[in-house]
Amino acid sequence: MIDRRRFIAGMSLPAFAAISARASAAGKIWQPEELPEGAVETATLEAIPGKVALIKRSYRPPNFETPIDYFRDPITRNDAFFVRYHLSGIPQAVDAKTWKLKIGGDAAKQPVEFTFDQLRKEFQPEELTAVCQCSGNRRGMFQPHVQGVEWGIGAMGNARWTGVKLKDLLAKAGVADNAVEILFNGADGPAMPSTPDFVKSIPVQRAMDDNTIVAYAMNGKPLPHWNGFPARLIVAGWTGTYWMKHLTDIEVRSTPLSNFWMATAYRVPAALFTNADAFPTQLTQANKPITDIVVNSLVTSIHDGQHVKKGEMVSVAGVAWDGGRGIRDVEVSVDGGSSWVLAQLGKDLGNYSFRTFEHRFRAEGSPVVMVRAYNNRGDTQVDKLVFNPAGYHHNVIPRIKLEVA
Amino acid sequence: MKTTLALASVAALAATLAFAGEEKVKLKEGPGFEKVRNNCVACHSLDYIPLNSPFLDAKGWEATVAKMQKAYGAPIKAEDVAPIAQYLAENYGKK
Repeated sequence: MIDRRRFIAGMSLPAFAAISARASAAGKIWQPEELPEGAVETATLEAIPGKVALIKRSYRPPNFETPIDYFRDPITRNDAFFVRYHLSGIPQAVDAKTWKLKIGGDAAKQPVEFTFDQLRKEFQPEELTAVCQCSGNRRGMFQPHVQGVEWGIGAMGNARWTGVKLKDLLAKAGVADNAVEILFNGADGPAMPSTPDFVKSIPVQRAMDDNTIVAYAMNGKPLPHWNGFPARLIVAGWTGTYWMKHLTDIEVRSTPLSNFWMATAYRVPAALFTNADAFPTQLTQANKPITDIVVNSLVTSIHDGQHVKKGEMVSVAGVAWDGGRGIRDVEVSVDGGSSWVLAQLGKDLGNYSFRTFEHRFRAEGSPVVMVRAYNNRGDTQVDKLVFNPAGYHHNVIPRIKLEVA
Repeated sequence: MKTTLALASVAALAATLAFAGEEKVKLKEGPGFEKVRNNCVACHSLDYIPLNSPFLDAKGWEATVAKMQKAYGAPIKAEDVAPIAQYLAENYGKK
């Protein structure tokens, strides 16, 4: 039977029903059972302009999560892509005709600015498929719970981004030898002047990476307003906090940025996770900025507690991803971790993309399905949560129990 | 962008943008509720409160109110801090 706690009652959802027979038949959307009670109670399915119905976590600023069924496709539809804002001063619309991207800063040789047309016509377009994942994706699954937006599994999406290499834009301004960080600001801001504006920076080295781009198209179409129209930053492999939406200003800096969003927020304890050297100008003894997405996977075909018929062929399918090394293998166990087999991998869309996988088995006994992805460096998912106070990097291997009858 | 929008214009934005819907959020009635509503809604919808429940204890909610003041610059009057934290702990705290 359906456990009420784990499902959100659906409203009338024609667009969603089209791709999700199971969910629409049940009229409900699955959510992880670990979420705080209040998160389950306040979740509703609602469509904001230009989007299909998504899981509402908060209205203002708008935080809307992609329901699990959309991840059956390795590319996430623009109108189902998650929405995440920190602050509620969001422009109602940004006019691409008057929009300008300014580049300056104390370590830029000369200030320059570009119109939207210049961005599209005067630079070599770059295309890249990459996962945009909120740092706090799966925060709601932390035990003990930690504060923040209590996301389930859908604060992420994978899209084919088209834009201009950031390094090509920076070359027009000229990066001085003393530059250490590149700062980004967008058209959105706080509701009151006393709240720190959402401004972020990345190291110069990362800014010069070919996989860091200013994107003006998403899956071949203009960016949806809620995903940063007309242009946003793509820092492929790093978590979404750096992917500034509605990008308006870039600064080449000779000093590290030390605002709230860099110095206090989006940090993990120094001793945890790898890549301590990814952001050298932002390290303290106690902590470091979150950077690379950890290797992870999501099973989309079955959920914990699902009933299957004895002898039925069960598909264990989903997507795997990491911070850009690329997925090497996905292993599946159907006996609670005693033995593991390799799943079949789907088409390779690049190292920064979701990679689909599938393994089929015949339902017998009491199957406990577990899945762990490996990247090309050999990193894999964890058996036990690596607890950190902000609720980042949840990549715990799931245990999905099936009821065979 | 360093925004200098007046609160009134933010409210106007909120009314016309996708923030529509937040009027459906109903918090529990109780002592301190008015202060919670008057202070918190300037920057965010009230669903943030039940969303983060019920796992914070009284100290956790006090720390949250302090974070709103110190990190996010919320201009909460000194005499309102305790009633707000008490309302949150009482109605949305860990039992």
